[in-house]
Amino acid sequence: MTEKPKLAVWKFASCDGCQLSLLDCEDELLTVADHITIANFPEASRAVLDGPYDLSLVEGSITTSHDRDRIKVVRRQSKFLVTIGACATAGGIQALRNFTDVREFMDIVYASPEYISTLETSTPISAHVNVDFELRGCPINKNQLLEVINAFLNECKPNVSPNSVCIECKKRGTACIMVAHGTPCMGPVTQAGCGAICPAYNRGCYGCYGPMETPNTSSLAGWMKDIGVSEDEFRRMFRTYNAEEAEFREEGDRHGGENR
Amino acid sequence: MSDSHGGGTRTIKVDCLARVEGEGAMYIKIRDNVLEDVKLKIFEPPRFFEGLLRGREFTEAPDITSRICGICPIAYQMSAIHAMENACGVRVEGALRELRRLFYCGEWISSHTLHVYMLHAPDFLGYPSAVEMAKDHPEAVERGLALKKTGNDVMTLMGGREIHPVNARVGGFYRVPARSELSELREKLLRARELALETVKWTATLDFPEFEQDYTFVALRHDDEYPMNEGRIVSNKALDIAASEYDDYFEEQHVDYTNALHCVMKPDGNCYHVGPMARYALNFDRLPLEIQDAAKEAGLAPICTNPFQSITVRAVEVLYAVTEALRIIDAYEPPEESSVTVEPKAGTGYAATEAPRGLLYHRYTIDDDGIIKDANIVPPTSQNQKMIEDDLRRFVPTCLDMADDEIQYVSEQAIRNYDPCISCATHFLKLEVDRG
Repeated sequence: MTEKPKLAVWKFASCDGCQLSLLDCEDELLTVADHITIANFPEASRAVLDGPYDLSLVEGSITTSHDRDRIKVVRRQSKFLVTIGACATAGGIQALRNFTDVREFMDIVYASPEYISTLETSTPISAHVNVDFELRGCPINKNQLLEVINAFLNECKPNVSPNSVCIECKKRGTACIMVAHGTPCMGPVTQAGCGAICPAYNRGCYGCYGPMETPNTSSLAGWMKDIGVSEDEFRRMFRTYNAEEAEFREEGDRHGGENR
Repeated sequence: MSDSHGGGTRTIKVDCLARVEGEGAMYIKIRDNVLEDVKLKIFEPPRFFEGLLRGREFTEAPDITSRICGICPIAYQMSAIHAMENACGVRVEGALRELRRLFYCGEWISSHTLHVYMLHAPDFLGYPSAVEMAKDHPEAVERGLALKKTGNDVMTLMGGREIHPVNARVGGFYRVPARSELSELREKLLRARELALETVKWTATLDFPEFEQDYTFVALRHDDEYPMNEGRIVSNKALDIAASEYDDYFEEQHVDYTNALHCVMKPDGNCYHVGPMARYALNFDRLPLEIQDAAKEAGLAPICTNPFQSITVRAVEVLYAVTEALRIIDAYEPPEESSVTVEPKAGTGYAATEAPRGLLYHRYTIDDDGIIKDANIVPPTSQNQKMIEDDLRRFVPTCLDMADDEIQYVSEQAIRNYDPCISCATHFLKLEVDRG
């Protein structure tokens, strides 16, 4: 019998939600564990096996010099490295520090900022090491996570759509809330994967899966203006969980980029 | 790690604590068979939420703060929402209030069950993980997964998804469920109630170290409910205040070895205990009689002071949350509107709600346009961090005859008694035992 492939899960600056997605696969978890060795997953197990690992899932962004070094060690130990979630693929909500002076934030949160060691920026994993696949979302979709694990362990391409959320609304049969109700929605420029949850709950998409392939953000800007969205509101819509993604950053910059 | 235990100095270190949410370490130093130092270090990198909230709209705080913690996002959403409504002078009542409680029940069920079966039980039964435990105890792990899933089902129906749900807003929800959607959930909850009762009984079969403590418990207390979204902040030592007075009685201190703030009571700087044991001790009389009976049958007195038994207290709270969810569903009449309008008003709003791990305090100052000028968030693990160290300071001396790896094992278990969420506390942990 061949040895089971080894899976490692690594955490950087993040909320733990994306790795929790694996433990949230209640129906599949024990089956997954039959086919792989959970070799390094501190949130779930005390047992840690040494690398190399066949697949590393990386959650979180790089915000400290220690983590900048640690991700390189992770890369060297990993046959495949897949980032999971908006923090690891785009810097996460904490990348909002990139739009200001981080020292100002430290003074707000900590009484003795001299005890804190942090970098000026929050950056995605791909800014530091080669990444084999980026799974988006804040949080990721657990079915997509299972697809990615399955694909990499079988050495094939994950079936993850680069389309926009609009396509998922059509599939779900949700009437367009922007057209029908004038509700501001980032669905046209946001990558699918969540299943278009927000519009099905009478709410505009807020872009937590980041930009789709070739998003037409300036066209969306025109739509938003027509339905009365202010420049400040529009900028803030792009400056959330994927603020550091180029297409979102640039569109936000065009609408009062000097402000947060 | 030293292997000598008699004289000299022993250092026990755990560089990365397992089965906690986030990154932390433990350091224990024993000199001449006397415990000299204990530190719980949180090296999870800081993410500066209070800073990045400034300049955002008051309506954005629930979604942004939910990203502090993927394990208890609803707690953040609920504390943020109630604080903003407090600032704007709005109270949300009736069916919307009940739906918020239903939503929170989902998170209590899921988060507590995750901890009971997947993070804490392996300590008692001697396994590195629930997956390993499942090989010898498949019924238990499968029961845990099924129960946890029902919690997630509640969150997914009410919130769109279980992690960072999208449906809660200042004023209510974007969409409220139809009665027919809840009836399907009701069937799952009926099954979950049996699983939850079995869980209470199962946790009672575990071996608990003798470790009764004289805690200062702090939790919410409400006139007629087991507390979730509102109530006075009370203790078993005469504290009884409104959430708006929190800053007068508690303070966060910054210590050099950790990225989390230590929270203490003013003016003495004493530590205190938040979470399931505190809620239970201060609100036992608010539990339905059949749940009080289930707790008693599982060996719990109305006040439980052994933190290792917190696993049973969590199981009791899961049973309560399932029962409460069923009560809400059975009485549900959909509200006419999914939310009430909340107009921004310059001022400061305060709220404390009961996250699965304990009291979660939010305070915001907003301007007339609803722009956030100041934010302060105190998560449960910041409040418990000093308490955890205090427990270790009293617990480790009872185990000095053990080998270092055994001390490490039971000390980690003592830390996990609190279900610490390190991601929350930095807004936490690595074990080092130094026997010098």
